[in-house]
Amino acid sequence: MASLVYFSSSSGNTHRFVEKLGVPAERIPLLPTEAPLKVDEPYVLVLPTYGGGNGKGAVPKQVIKFLNDEHNRSYIRGVISAGNTNFGAAYCIAGDIVAQKCHVPHLYRFELFGTQDDVTAVRDGLDELWKQQ
Amino acid sequence: MTEKLTLVSHVDAINWNRIQDDKDVEVWNRLTSNFWLPEKVPISGDIQSWNTLTPEEQTLTMRVFTGLTLLDTIQGTVGAVSLIPDALTPHEEAVYTNIAFMESVHAKSYSSIFSTLCSTKEIDEAFRWSTENQNLQRKAQIVLDYYHGDDPLKRKVASTLLESFLFYSGFYLPMHWSSRAKLTNTADMIRLIIRDEAVHGYYIGYKYQKGLEKETPERREELKEYTFNLLYDLYENEVQYTHDLYDGVGLAEDVKKFLHYNANKALMNLGYEALFPSTVTDVSPAILSALSPNADENHDFFSGSGSSYVIGKHEETTDDDWDF
Repeated sequence: MASLVYFSSSSGNTHRFVEKLGVPAERIPLLPTEAPLKVDEPYVLVLPTYGGGNGKGAVPKQVIKFLNDEHNRSYIRGVISAGNTNFGAAYCIAGDIVAQKCHVPHLYRFELFGTQDDVTAVRDGLDELWKQQ
Repeated sequence: MTEKLTLVSHVDAINWNRIQDDKDVEVWNRLTSNFWLPEKVPISGDIQSWNTLTPEEQTLTMRVFTGLTLLDTIQGTVGAVSLIPDALTPHEEAVYTNIAFMESVHAKSYSSIFSTLCSTKEIDEAFRWSTENQNLQRKAQIVLDYYHGDDPLKRKVASTLLESFLFYSGFYLPMHWSSRAKLTNTADMIRLIIRDEAVHGYYIGYKYQKGLEKETPERREELKEYTFNLLYDLYENEVQYTHDLYDGVGLAEDVKKFLHYNANKALMNLGYEALFPSTVTDVSPAILSALSPNADENHDFFSGSGSSYVIGKHEETTDDDWDF
């Protein structure tokens, strides 16, 4: 089961977090020239929050494109988001937006590429989540 | 100081239609859309609140702000500027000029707070304290020495540690007052500064990691060791500085947790794993909540304790809705 779909910019923070989880994951392409990602099974989305001012543009446009595909959208089961508490009310707001739009839970928030505690919590949480599905 | 400033030796007209690194554009846009000026924040709304602080608390607050002013001045006048000659792209140079200017805005914003809340005599005394406090001067000197050194990557490490770690012994206090509904307009302004510093630390740390990619494994190891050594040096000094400032009001222990929490984030900005375990980074929830209203509650849905989680009401979604 492809348990995660994620997006990471060239800074690679979210990529690093997903790598540390060590679970099957597919990456949403960074460049518009790459072939779009298509999924056919349930997944949890992991994404970083962009912007950090008024919440505008918080969801990376590559993620919007991926979710605009209704087929892809139908398999989303939850969201995990990355951010930085320095952004105040906009901390991890991309996760809130996607959770609300897709009517799925915002499962977890972490900063930058996450600490070891974050990795453990998410790994255990995902195990539980998939058991319940 | 007799050394001559090294300037970029050759400059081509900057072409924003030919981008080598998308991160330059992304960060430029983020910084310019976050632009603000202290004159827009109604600090005068804090005059009544300021008068409810004890004289000791007022002195502490002013000292904290002169300390922050010094760091912003260093970063605006020397730090961000020292990164320009080693920039990998012309757009990176432009981002540093933005960072430098914004640091000068930050430095000036503390003077806006002072002129609104304090007397000239008090202001002068606080600035005198900042030139006489050994730990504050030492942290300024450590960072300045690295800015004058000749290793471009070490300059980026020092700069990231300043942006993402050294400010936080100071930022703690306005968050503390805000959590007690005091100096709330001042806290709003400090939050704008905190937001800017996050982008600065993220970007300079990112450029450091880009630079590292071109280095040999031995040199990478050397730089990693250097980073942790510098962090330990600065950390030791920060702990003493924290005691100097906060022992009188009994907050030093929680401030230290805030230091650990932010040291971890500074390391992550540089691409290194967090150093301090969660047992020493558990900052009081009131401070985290003052920093970010989303960070205080436990949003860990997995553990079943996510109190604020509400599933969105079902509504039909059309593709048009995805234009966030």
